[in-house]
Amino acid sequence: MLQLRQFTCVRDDEPLFIPFDTTIEAGDIVQIAGPNGAGKTTLLRSLCGLYDSYEGECDWQGTAIRRSREAFLSQLLYFGHHPGVKKSLTARENLEWFAGIKGVNSTFDVDAVLALVGLAGYADIPCQQMSAGQHRRVGLARLYFDPSPLWILDEPFTAIDRQGVARLESLLESHAQKGGIVILTTHQPLSLEGYRTINLEKYEEGGYVS
Amino acid sequence: MSVEQAPETLNLRSEVADAAAHDGLWHAWKTAFRRELIMAFRHKGELANPLIFFLMVVVFLPLGIGTEKAVLSQLAPGMIWVIALLATLLSLDGLFRSDFDDGSLEQLLLSPQPLAALVLTKILAHWLVTGIPLVLLTPLLGLMLYLPVEGYFPMMLSLLIGTGSLSLIGSIGAALTVGLRKGGLILSLVVMPLYIPVLIFGASAVNEAVQGFAIGGQLAILGAMMLMALITAPFAVAGALRIGVSGS
Repeated sequence: MLQLRQFTCVRDDEPLFIPFDTTIEAGDIVQIAGPNGAGKTTLLRSLCGLYDSYEGECDWQGTAIRRSREAFLSQLLYFGHHPGVKKSLTARENLEWFAGIKGVNSTFDVDAVLALVGLAGYADIPCQQMSAGQHRRVGLARLYFDPSPLWILDEPFTAIDRQGVARLESLLESHAQKGGIVILTTHQPLSLEGYRTINLEKYEEGGYVS
Repeated sequence: MSVEQAPETLNLRSEVADAAAHDGLWHAWKTAFRRELIMAFRHKGELANPLIFFLMVVVFLPLGIGTEKAVLSQLAPGMIWVIALLATLLSLDGLFRSDFDDGSLEQLLLSPQPLAALVLTKILAHWLVTGIPLVLLTPLLGLMLYLPVEGYFPMMLSLLIGTGSLSLIGSIGAALTVGLRKGGLILSLVVMPLYIPVLIFGASAVNEAVQGFAIGGQLAILGAMMLMALITAPFAVAGALRIGVSGS
């Protein structure tokens, strides 16, 4: 459970949006919406602890994330604007690194994971030679082996084809059904069941509505 | 859901990762270190850059100041040290830049493992691919500059210890300037004052050895500086990287 109280991000001493309260429970899919520059990415980065100019409280499982950083990070998967995929390395080397620094044993089957994101047979090809979409798919492959319950995804659908988007959406749904949390931003309409939207432009009575 | 809910219920595993188990810092460290080495050897151009610089300056030096043996052998110890220092400085700018640009630095920061230990892999790899080759190239350059025979071993030994300090100290500067587009000049300004003690004791070790004095003292101080940097630099780098990523 992720709980925000009077939470807002600050840039140059100005709050980016009106402070709000929200509680994100296990099994929730939350879309952060708003126009460009509304502070969506900054909000997501603050939740991860990558951006620390925020005001208010952010608790994970009842403890402030600032205080239990290590425990929080082992339960978090962040997929950022830049997916963190190294161009000079192969898909296999990239995924083994992701697993290694996250503490997931890298005995998982890399080829099977890559097949799940539509990159069967690409394991030993340098990411340099891949298209933009394939490049991002390598980063998204982490979703299939990282056991973290909290997924924070910044624009996960960028450069992904329609089939890939559908597969990704069903993955998000199954993650939520298993008790995980997904927080994402996207400008595409979502065809998911039962997600809720926090629109940073529409503030009504103490919170944001869709 | 209540706050007391056991974290185990949230510790989801997908089908593929069923067999995967959590592993310790050592595993993370090894993976990160191997990645640094693989990347270093994939970018052979960057690897060769400081070495070619090193070689070029030494080739040009006699052309500029004349080939007189007495002059060159007098200058050699200090010159080789200064060039090695500049070559290291040249290679520092990119230490964290590409990781910063492609987002893998963010992922490193979000690892549950201690960041200081993980950045140490990058520094160690940097030393292995720039410091060590410089040391190995030194005998050749010493020959070109008429370095007296007694100077070779002290030169290599002092550079071996000294380049370790240079990589460690330099990585702090590289981390502080990671968010800046044109950080090269500021990096040099930040790092230069910290490099001066290393240069003084390194060059003096070689000079003293050439004149036939004992150099244990200089080497001990070089070693102490290296250990001091080894203990403190990774934490400084970790802190600086957090600030750099947070500001972007």
